[in-house]
Amino acid sequence: MSARDAILARLKANRPAGEFPLPDVPTFAPLVGEDWVTEFAERLGKMGGRVERAGSPADPFAPVRSRLSGAAVIASAVPEFAGNRDLAAITGPTEVNDVDVAIVRARFGVAETGSVLFTQDDLIVNAVAYLAQHLIVLLDPADIVVNIQAAYQRPEFGQASYAVLHTGPSATADIEGVLIHGAQGVRSLTVLMLPRKKRAA
Amino acid sequence: MSADDLTPRQTEDVLHPEVRAPSDESERGPGGDRLQHAEAASKPIRADAPREPQPRGAKVRGNRPIDQAEAAERFLAAPLHQKAHDERLWDVRRKRDVAAHGIPEWEELRELASQIKTHTLTHLDHYLEQFEAAARANGVHVHWAEDGADHNRIVLDILRKHGAKSLVKSKSMLTEECGFRHFMAAHDIDVIETDLGERIQQLDEEEPSHVVMPAVHKTRLDVADVFARTLGTDPDNDDAHYLAESQRETTRPLILKADAGLTGCNFAIAETGTVVTCTNEGNADLSGNVPPLQIHSIGIEKIIPKVEHLGVFIRLLSRSALGSPITQYTSHFRGPRPGTEMHMVLVDNGRSERLAMEEFWTSLKCIRCGACMNTCPVYRRSGGLSYGATYSGPIGLIIDPTFNKRKYSTLPFSSTMNGSCTNVCPVKINIHEQIFAWRKVLAEEHQIPLLKQGMMKAAGAVLSRPAAYRAAIQTADSALRVLPRFAVYNPANTWGKKREMPQAPRQSFHAWYRQNRMKKGTEA
Repeated sequence: MSARDAILARLKANRPAGEFPLPDVPTFAPLVGEDWVTEFAERLGKMGGRVERAGSPADPFAPVRSRLSGAAVIASAVPEFAGNRDLAAITGPTEVNDVDVAIVRARFGVAETGSVLFTQDDLIVNAVAYLAQHLIVLLDPADIVVNIQAAYQRPEFGQASYAVLHTGPSATADIEGVLIHGAQGVRSLTVLMLPRKKRAA
Repeated sequence: MSADDLTPRQTEDVLHPEVRAPSDESERGPGGDRLQHAEAASKPIRADAPREPQPRGAKVRGNRPIDQAEAAERFLAAPLHQKAHDERLWDVRRKRDVAAHGIPEWEELRELASQIKTHTLTHLDHYLEQFEAAARANGVHVHWAEDGADHNRIVLDILRKHGAKSLVKSKSMLTEECGFRHFMAAHDIDVIETDLGERIQQLDEEEPSHVVMPAVHKTRLDVADVFARTLGTDPDNDDAHYLAESQRETTRPLILKADAGLTGCNFAIAETGTVVTCTNEGNADLSGNVPPLQIHSIGIEKIIPKVEHLGVFIRLLSRSALGSPITQYTSHFRGPRPGTEMHMVLVDNGRSERLAMEEFWTSLKCIRCGACMNTCPVYRRSGGLSYGATYSGPIGLIIDPTFNKRKYSTLPFSSTMNGSCTNVCPVKINIHEQIFAWRKVLAEEHQIPLLKQGMMKAAGAVLSRPAAYRAAIQTADSALRVLPRFAVYNPANTWGKKREMPQAPRQSFHAWYRQNRMKKGTEA
């Protein structure tokens, strides 16, 4: 008998007696106020991330200008900013190891936790969200959902081959509880609140 | 950026311009306040400066019963380590309470999590088949492993087919169970742990001492020693930022040239075939997204039916583990990247047999948050390595004997039975009741030492007769009041160490009741 069949047979034979129905999960009342953008910013701040409002339409990236001007290699996955490393031309993930700043757009944000979600389509090269030194995330305030429960109603989790919630930068406190940003992945995560460009009809 | 101005960084004498200097240790939020997310302590908990050799774990001698008390004695004999460990875990436990109390529906979430797990475990054959079908439809290669050896062989086969010689991995208690690193070392596969705590433990050739914080028993001085020895860092520099950065810079090249990546699994979703990992470092995402070959090892009890159920478990996991609302990264791996292969290995390793154990099968609900360990007075004062087993602390006491009844026969006795573990468990496992049930099973099967058998017999005789119990309580209480300190705090009484005995009440409740209530004729 194959391992598969043996395991399944044992699970059937050893099933505990009794009825154990799957419970319905109720919709819980949100724990955040009505201003989701403010709630999102406050909670992401506590997780080590930062939120900036976009600058003027002429220069929406003004609030993160100092980060960008100090960067030699910028990989942009968004049409709003032209970097100097073309992610579409990358043939292997290790090629983005020298990226200083990656700019990506989040599918949505979560007010309850300050999280943002990316799929493989948003990142173009998944690894860039970890190998880059810093991450700048564009988020349309209209794309914020209220809580984690609402987030898991979104279709991405059933469709994307890779979907990830980022809540602040890479962090560790494995040495005596001392909090350190940039454990293995990005050293900082900054969310820039910038509405999506309306598609031409 | 504007917020940087609030907390200007010292930029001289640091390894990387972004790394904090020793004099400026805490990461700070936009308002300049000290951050406490991930596994960060709420206040600096720094072991005192004098060097104290790190106490090592239990002596493991083949199949012989682990002497946890002996290893605990040695941990207690290292007061700097013991104090830092105790304080650190209690701090995490307090953060957990604050996080739990912040959610009005916390108890309802625990009940839901328990019911979802119970339902899934009693229909696990169905959900595993559903998971397998979904994963195959996503283009994933699915494998089934009877036990740890089977798992290791399957992974080795995959690696050999691809000519892979090196593998980066994220933390996985399942691979610890399987003895994965030792097996791969014997087959010339270079395995590199990418979680900082786990990497420290790998470099020090120790097992993880905690399911969430593998190196929590080590002080920064210990880490400085290990890194000086293995990574060539400055032995006199024990700055946590310097040490963490040194690890980052030495691990990154290994991640880049790894032939394969492996992660564990926190939740596996039956309806979508998804593997979910929760990390703070993003190291599971590096392991899964950088190497050209991707493997996920899954304990079969990790299955949950639907994506919507993550809305329950994700809210419970990190709050229970660290008091943090969510881990920095919650990652959902469902299908391979273009041009690469993704493998998932479903591992039984005793789980299907445990399902048949009437009193113990609900331990399979465990989501490995470590809350029971953080709250346990025995664990906090003895360290995870004193258990000499993959799983330590209260959950270890009830899981370990299912792997080896003889070797772990003494572990269920390493408990004060205070029930705190049960109260903090996010999936409502009756941990302390199972600890007691294991004591009975092991006594009946003569798996426990003679001294403890005698104590159990006496306790059984006393507990079964109320009058004898009352007499015994009276004696015990008055003995506590009159015995000199050396009689209570002597080396034969392990739990007297580092604890003050409670003040014995002058009168037992029963005696008080008889005196004050029964004579008034209120008793029926």
